[in-house]
Amino acid sequence: MTRSHRLLLFLIGAIGAGFIYCAGAGNMPPWAQYRGPYGDVIANLAVYQRHATDTVNAITYDYRGFDTLGEEFILFSAVTGVMLLLRPELSKSGENQSSEKRNPASFRDRATLSETVQVFSTAIFGLWVLFGIYIGTHGQLTPGGGFQGGVIIAAAPMLLYIAENTDFFRRIVSHPFVEFLEGFGAAAYAIVGLAALAVGVPFLTNILPLGTTGNVFSSGTIALISSCVGIEVTAAFTLVIFEYLREILSRDKNQED
Amino acid sequence: MMILGTGLLALIAVSAFIIVRTDDVTNQLLALGFYGLLFALMFFVFQAPDVALSQITVGAIALPLMIMLAITRMKHREAINRAGKKRS
Repeated sequence: MTRSHRLLLFLIGAIGAGFIYCAGAGNMPPWAQYRGPYGDVIANLAVYQRHATDTVNAITYDYRGFDTLGEEFILFSAVTGVMLLLRPELSKSGENQSSEKRNPASFRDRATLSETVQVFSTAIFGLWVLFGIYIGTHGQLTPGGGFQGGVIIAAAPMLLYIAENTDFFRRIVSHPFVEFLEGFGAAAYAIVGLAALAVGVPFLTNILPLGTTGNVFSSGTIALISSCVGIEVTAAFTLVIFEYLREILSRDKNQED
Repeated sequence: MMILGTGLLALIAVSAFIIVRTDDVTNQLLALGFYGLLFALMFFVFQAPDVALSQITVGAIALPLMIMLAITRMKHREAINRAGKKRS
């Protein structure tokens, strides 16, 4: 295949893609205009039907809750895959550790930290977790929800790592309870759905009392499922962080011993 | 509103190009975080604050963090391999 052949092939593809793109762009709705009845109907009905002021969460955790259940299990299996791929190599690890002990300075990826960064990262830890919980539990009222809150909370241990508080960081992320929480979060979502079947209504129906609109404890299963997703996401991201850093952390521990 | 949206979209296109053209991986990650923040701002301008929150947490925290962790692990592996070679 010569250069001119490749160019020809590229031009055919480029012209085709450009044509399809222009056709698609020409049919786009006008700037900031929404076409179609579904969104308007849901935006009008969500507060009355579900007592949830944030329509987006009413859709993700109730009207289209089944899709979100699938997405949750995508995350679950992705994290399982990461754990499987990054599992410790048992045959080699003993050898690695001994070689590390002989050459303790073979890996240094840290620049010296300013005290400001250290103090600030540690001090903001509690506030950070609190903000994550706030975002996670107020999903049915304001923008936010379990997923966003979960990622915020899961990023909190990294603050300790940045502050070089490695020991505390290791104790948090390597805790066996995190693994339990990941499974629990994913299972709880499915159980909330199955509970509806037990009462005799379709899967994932909102069976809990809806409460007063605007309260934290309102909107029935939306708040509950959102919290389950928050637990699952927090644990999932913490697990992935731990799996990536497992080797380095065990090396650090060996050095300290 | 239209000018703001168009400007943001143009800025996103420019910063995506800059990320691709950056050579150093660490600089690329910083640029990626900035790109994620721009994306979040874009979602906010287009009246999707929920997606904007997700984008801030995932695009500006989780994604660069994951890549950074992967790179740290790779460097760690390289150091181990080098130490192993030196020994043998």
